[in-house]
Amino acid sequence: MINKVVAGADEAIRDIKEGSTLMLGGFGLCGIPENCITALVKKGVKGLTCISNNAGVDDFGIGLMLQQRQVKKMISSYVGENAEFERQLLSGELEVELIPQGTLATRCMAAGYGMPAIFTPAGVGTEVAEGKEIRNFNGKDYLMEYAFDADFALVKAWKGDTAGNLIFRSTSRNFNPVMAMAGKITIAEVEELVEPGVLDPDHIHTPGVYVHRIFQGANYEKRIEQRTVRPRN
Amino acid sequence: MLDKNGIAKRIAKEIRDGYYVNLGIGIPTLVANFIPDGINVVLQSENGLLGMGPFPFEGEEDADLINAGKQTITTLPGSSIFDSAMSFGMIRSQKIDLTILGAMEVSENGDIANWKIPGKMVKGMGGAMDLVASAKNIIVAMQHVNKAGESKLLPKCSLPLTGVNCIRKVVTELAVLDILPEGGFKLIERAPGVSVDYIKQVTAGKLFADDNAPEMKLD
Repeated sequence: MINKVVAGADEAIRDIKEGSTLMLGGFGLCGIPENCITALVKKGVKGLTCISNNAGVDDFGIGLMLQQRQVKKMISSYVGENAEFERQLLSGELEVELIPQGTLATRCMAAGYGMPAIFTPAGVGTEVAEGKEIRNFNGKDYLMEYAFDADFALVKAWKGDTAGNLIFRSTSRNFNPVMAMAGKITIAEVEELVEPGVLDPDHIHTPGVYVHRIFQGANYEKRIEQRTVRPRN
Repeated sequence: MLDKNGIAKRIAKEIRDGYYVNLGIGIPTLVANFIPDGINVVLQSENGLLGMGPFPFEGEEDADLINAGKQTITTLPGSSIFDSAMSFGMIRSQKIDLTILGAMEVSENGDIANWKIPGKMVKGMGGAMDLVASAKNIIVAMQHVNKAGESKLLPKCSLPLTGVNCIRKVVTELAVLDILPEGGFKLIERAPGVSVDYIKQVTAGKLFADDNAPEMKLD
């Protein structure tokens, strides 16, 4: 088996440089690549374009990179939980492209499936459609949206093996598998790194061919944004 | 006049046995609390879950298991989990029977605006644009008037649109209204204690209202 293991986050992100385009998996703070984000903050690399459904919160996730002004442009669907983000956006320091969530996911998918573009009805008749080609199929209008072109995809999985095969847990799957397929270089951090043969091939969500570097993550905080519970009775 | 739970309770009566339903953030989330006994529905959360269960018991929260509102939730027997692309695949291919979402404005031809107030609020559209562009049955849960007392049911939306010509039913604190294919709001039911005259007064869009429109029954 080809061995994809690197020592840790610092080594995994070593060649991310000013101007790189990154995909970051996760939905809200669920399933985000915490170790890679910490390493990027430590490295201090600036001028990044980040494709991620959300932009973290002020003091966690991509919010940590925003605090250090490392992000030049965000491509996201929802950015509502981050005051520093809003400040940079309104002051013009940060360029932001807001796109529909399904469009975001499917543009990742298209890249991973080797298709240059998709057609989606999301955004037809809205400002999202401005400047985009519209095609009519069976009487309905669709926007042409291009596959993403990302230098790196940073994803977080539950389990992975040294060959790069990944298994995600619960709804922390979200954007991670489609982004894993879409990066020119895909970096996976996992909670549990195992030897080939430990994971059942039938249970693999992302085949190792899509993963270039994998490492055992550490110190996962897994912060909860909205802790909602019901009483026991 | 209905409170938020009242709006949710009225919308819950629109849900049929066997429906797959997507609930948006806010009032739509409350609809889950009022689904009648004997009606089997599967709730979709667009971050990648079919079969959303109730909030967990205290101490059993799982950071890896949340809904699209980022709240901790649970699964149910028969639930399934998938990635974001498949989640919107099932939305786009109309496997989801009913979408319930909030709005800032709705127009008489079924346009909806709910994602942006230029210069004031920019949070993003999330999955709303995908949902309204593809869903076959969309119900909007919203307040009839804004805090300044102005109608949010308009001839034409003033805010940036989320989708065009896609909304068929609106439930507010005052009324249930259908949006007619040829345009215009049709008053279907009044909320308890609300007069047809008052609904006329606070509906800026074209309104077709029978003076004998029935009062809604919530139980």
